[in-house]
Amino acid sequence: MKQYLSLFRIRFTNNLQYRAAAYAGVATQFFWGFMELLLYRAFYRSDSANFPMDFAQLSSYIWLQQAFLTLFMVWYLDSEIMQTITNGNIAYELSRPMDLYSMWFIKNISARLSRAFLRCVPVLLFAAFLPKPYSLSLPHDFPAFALFLITSVLALFTVVSFCMLVYISTFYTMSPIGIRVVASSLMEFLSGAIIPLPFLPDGIRRIVDLTPFASMQNLPLRIYSGNIAGAEMVRGILLQIFWLLTMLLIGRLWMKKTLKKVVIQGG
Amino acid sequence: MLYGKYFSIHLKSQMQYKTSFFLTVAGQFLTSFFAFLSICFLLGRFRQVDGFTFAEILLCFAVVLMAFSLAECFARGFDTFSSVISNGEFDRILVRPRNEIFQVLASRIEFSRIGRLAQAIIVITYAIPASGVSWTFDKIITLIFMLISGCAIFSGLFLIYASFCFFTTEGLEFMNMFTDGGREFGSYPLSIYGEGVLKFFTYVIPTALFQYYPFLYLTGRSGNIIYMFLPLAGILFLVPCYCFWRFGLRHYKSTGS
Repeated sequence: MKQYLSLFRIRFTNNLQYRAAAYAGVATQFFWGFMELLLYRAFYRSDSANFPMDFAQLSSYIWLQQAFLTLFMVWYLDSEIMQTITNGNIAYELSRPMDLYSMWFIKNISARLSRAFLRCVPVLLFAAFLPKPYSLSLPHDFPAFALFLITSVLALFTVVSFCMLVYISTFYTMSPIGIRVVASSLMEFLSGAIIPLPFLPDGIRRIVDLTPFASMQNLPLRIYSGNIAGAEMVRGILLQIFWLLTMLLIGRLWMKKTLKKVVIQGG
Repeated sequence: MLYGKYFSIHLKSQMQYKTSFFLTVAGQFLTSFFAFLSICFLLGRFRQVDGFTFAEILLCFAVVLMAFSLAECFARGFDTFSSVISNGEFDRILVRPRNEIFQVLASRIEFSRIGRLAQAIIVITYAIPASGVSWTFDKIITLIFMLISGCAIFSGLFLIYASFCFFTTEGLEFMNMFTDGGREFGSYPLSIYGEGVLKFFTYVIPTALFQYYPFLYLTGRSGNIIYMFLPLAGILFLVPCYCFWRFGLRHYKSTGS
């Protein structure tokens, strides 16, 4: 356990070094969140009856999404891991006295956390002081806030456990780019990163709600503003736990099977 | 001539990795396909936005996407410019007896971007008849102006992005606001974001010159003939971009690697 903790600490502080990049990113995130809100405002103006969420709930959703972008976005795949697989450095990784799956898992978690840590504060502060329906409002109530925190952590784990499957598949394809682009664009759409899931047509949404992707950013961000509550919320959380455990299990088994017959690519 | 040589070399080299190439094309296609889907879903729900119909928005989306992907195919060499500077490659470029911009452009031609371009072509062939525009001669010319101008403006933005590298050595993420952001948010006529945003994209970054004003003329919302020629004014955006590049070039200090 201790070695994993220190691995986490090393990666975390290591990533904190890239401050300038993070602050440049913050500016982009303000702009992005702002433009998105203006877009939805236009739709709201045109036809408010068909708007599936409160506007204030949507604003909170978008600002939280921008603030914690790096926690939940799939395209923050660790290219270093992909490279170790294709260039053969995986041999060194395998000779370490640590479990490879856990090692990569922790590496990903800490990289995402440290990036989000640098970015979230300015975005959240800025968003809180905007005029009313466009601002990040306070959480719906205290239980909603507590559950937001818990489901965020679970969502982060779910995202990373899915990324692990992408990494493992690189052992078979040996070409990280293609699979990476396909997987991440598909996932981005299904997880509600492009448009929030309530805006999908009802039939499609009901199916997407059952997939692991709805357990990612969709769940915590909507619990925060009270858009999901009651029985629907309980169902969502149970589903999230189910998917997390399933993907962890699949990932571990698949990794074990893959490593038995892994071919090291020279190096 | 020389560009043609570079062109065929890049084509051959990228064709060596066929699977990877086609997967990347598929990925590019999918990414813009989801952008397209989200427009379908949003307009399926709300029917119209500020009076613009679904087919009209698709036309706007396709024009911007096409202009962007053309610019990307040819001017994406600027995208990796930071590495050209930091690994000292730029010193080699400077000593060759050719224009620097030409060499940077030719150093990287991305064929995998045809995934995005294909998407744009499909949508535009659907949107041209569906948009309800009566395609008279002047409208066709307007559309061509829009595409050329859009391509020029996006290329100009890539050029600015590269010029910043002279000062910072690293690419600046915030430029994505105007390149990728211009593509994403340019799917809708820029007026729907409000007066301020429209002004910004008219006078500071002239995206609206090829995307919004001629679009009004195209859909018959405005009979103002000047709007038809505004895209040509947008091309002038390349002038300050080029000046900025020259300015950066004069400040260039080799990294010594």
